[in-house]
Amino acid sequence: MSLHYVFEVLPSLFQGAGMTLELFALTLIGSLPLGIIVSLGLTSKIKPLKWVLEIYVWLMRGTPLLLQLIFVFYGLPIVGIVFQRFNAALVAFILNYAAYFAEIFRGGLQSIDQGQYEGARVLRLSYWQTIRKIVIPQVVKIVIPSIGNEVINLVKDSSLVYVIGLGDLLRAGNVATSRDVTLVPLLLVGLIYLLMIGICTYVLHKVEQRYAYYK
Amino acid sequence: MLEVRNLKKSFGDRPILDGINFTVKDGEILTIVGPSGAGKTTLLRCVTGLESADSGEFLIDGKPFDPESVEPEQTVIGVVFQEFNLFPHLSVLENITLAPTMVLKQSTKEANQNAEKLLQQLGLAGKGNLYPFQLSGGQKQRVAIARALAMKPKILCYDEPTSALDPNLRDEVAQLILGLKKQGMTQLVVTHDMEFAKQIADNMLKVQALDSKQA
Ligand SMILES: Nc1ncnc2c1ncn2[C@@H]1O[C@H](COP(=O)(O)OP(=O)(O)OP(=O)(O)O)[C@@H](O)[C@H]1O
Ligand SMILES: [Mg+2]
Repeated sequence: MSLHYVFEVLPSLFQGAGMTLELFALTLIGSLPLGIIVSLGLTSKIKPLKWVLEIYVWLMRGTPLLLQLIFVFYGLPIVGIVFQRFNAALVAFILNYAAYFAEIFRGGLQSIDQGQYEGARVLRLSYWQTIRKIVIPQVVKIVIPSIGNEVINLVKDSSLVYVIGLGDLLRAGNVATSRDVTLVPLLLVGLIYLLMIGICTYVLHKVEQRYAYYK
Repeated sequence: MLEVRNLKKSFGDRPILDGINFTVKDGEILTIVGPSGAGKTTLLRCVTGLESADSGEFLIDGKPFDPESVEPEQTVIGVVFQEFNLFPHLSVLENITLAPTMVLKQSTKEANQNAEKLLQQLGLAGKGNLYPFQLSGGQKQRVAIARALAMKPKILCYDEPTSALDPNLRDEVAQLILGLKKQGMTQLVVTHDMEFAKQIADNMLKVQALDSKQA
């Protein structure tokens, strides 16, 4: 493997990695808050709301993300809803990941002791004050490890956008490999994924440490 | 002065409290005693608005009030829970100042000054930056008291203040409650410990399990 060739293909790989990272970041920004809101609905006493959200979570977790991706990009235009490639990917990823996050947050919410709500209640904190100041900070600590797993999955799942023709990292590597008939680009792709996941793992570890100040 | 008239409460078709009447005069201590399952906690939860009474009148200084109201102006009753229900992710100081700043809209400075005063008073000077898990049971209880007092309640209620603590702390808790009485605090104390009740009570209310009366 010549170093010269490595430097030749790296720019196109980085370009692909850039798209992967953009999808990754925007998916998290959209799906984490949405997941929290859905989890509040899942634990709410309003039964119809709860049922609707349960069906949503069931659909999202019960069908392959790949199918959802194809459905949004190739399927929806048939009924007149057209997304651009990247937006289609974003919609599918956010809806899918929000469902997984919602389930994780639901578990976290249910493990918060009833006494915490009562403590807040007699101090006359409002519902949202209680959620924001008492519940969410404690839930975050509980869910970080599970959220971390999903975040790492997301890095790898992002390669599924290949199917709707988006130029992500994997596609960049694949294109170079078939053009130049060499394994080098695919090996580099693997290295870049490892690097991205390494960074994620490190950041998650730091976040975990930040919440280690109490038990 | 707190007056409760003809308080009734059932769970399903099982009556727990049937026509409870009592008065706590300003600066006095009323203890509520009775065997396990008699409904002491239920009574306290009705008075503090954590459980809704089926019927009954609640008067503070002769004026009716609704224990379940979530209005900040209605913070007439402070609660010290059996398990304290401190917020584990907040420091001692933050536990105390959270509601005064968020609900009573005190400035951080004012709330901190009040909190420091309360900590001093309750023998917790210098403990403001610790977290609940770093405190002994007795210290946690005093933080819970400080947290309730910071909302400037007219009455302070306790559920079994001795039960989560080492038995030889019983006298200390009694002294603490009597100390607050000296400062003019009106207090309502639920306990099944007769001796402890006699040690602190100006008046005593005995509740009995309704099932056992019928039998
Ligand atoms: N949420 C509830 N739903 C149904 N029954 C309840 C509920 N809470 C309490 N009870 C019942 O009401 C009765 C009184 O309970 P409560 O906790 O008030 O007793 P207590 O006097 O505080 O007892 P202890 O001294 O053991 O704390 C019990 O028989 C209990 O089973
Ligand atoms: Mg009880």
